[in-house]
Amino acid sequence: MSMLQDQARFGGVDIPNGAGAAAILAAGIGCAAMGVLAFAGDAWDGVGKALNFYNPTGTLSGVTDLAILIWLGSWFALHRVWHARTVAIAKVNVAAFALLIVGLLLTFPPFMDLLQGK
Amino acid sequence: MEISTHDLMTVLHGMGFGALFMLAFSGALAELYRMSAPGPAVQPSSRERTLLNFYLIAMVILAWFTVLSGAYIVYPWYRAVPPAGVTDLAEYPRRLLLSSSKTSEWHNIGMEWKEHVSWLAPIAMTMVAYVTMKYGRAITQPRHMRTAVLGFVVAAFVATGIAGAFGALLNKYAPVRGGSVIILMEGEQ
Repeated sequence: MSMLQDQARFGGVDIPNGAGAAAILAAGIGCAAMGVLAFAGDAWDGVGKALNFYNPTGTLSGVTDLAILIWLGSWFALHRVWHARTVAIAKVNVAAFALLIVGLLLTFPPFMDLLQGK
Repeated sequence: MEISTHDLMTVLHGMGFGALFMLAFSGALAELYRMSAPGPAVQPSSRERTLLNFYLIAMVILAWFTVLSGAYIVYPWYRAVPPAGVTDLAEYPRRLLLSSSKTSEWHNIGMEWKEHVSWLAPIAMTMVAYVTMKYGRAITQPRHMRTAVLGFVVAAFVATGIAGAFGALLNKYAPVRGGSVIILMEGEQ
């Protein structure tokens, strides 16, 4: 699909899809970050302790805080680069859904155990 | 009729925020699908767009309130460590579940899954709300933006369903107890 076809159309006027693509890919990155950090905190005691930002909540505090930072940071960075451009949204979607699946799988405890050989 | 502060907060987390958020999915999915369905363009009125935007923003707020109240208010009570010598684990749900092989997997799978997967929902819904508000019906041109929006709404729904179902079951087997008591109503006898 050409870049021209990737443009969104508002009332007959083509507008760049970059801002939307940045939000979509960043959401995928945020979901994957949640999964990767959850897995790392579970697999390695040292990482788990390092992610204990707030003791009453434990490792979950660091996992969620860092994942949110990564999500918002990547959204900000991608938005700055893409907001005025038209990007190949189909490729962005494939990457975003792949990252979402990573996030879903790595938050599933039996899958985490499988990767750790438990 | 009385309720403890911990019970009240747990109800607010699960029923007040989580269940409301869950209920809102059907409306969001239907409206997003209707707005972006293939075929002749259906141009929503300004009022309809405002209503959808308000609806999506409310969902995003509910989603964030649900996970934040869960992780930073209710979860610390759930994982509280009993003082040495305490044998009645009723006020220590995590320890209570782990104390028996018949219930330990409710924590090891149920809570471990719920506490992480639930966070995918607010991230996904924030993106959905932003993209929908920015592009409106233009998410259908081409259809890929629509695919991402609807796909992430479904993912958020699944993540919320998992978290909600395990939350309800965990609260059945090891409810969060404690806190001060609030008397709601006095009976005659």
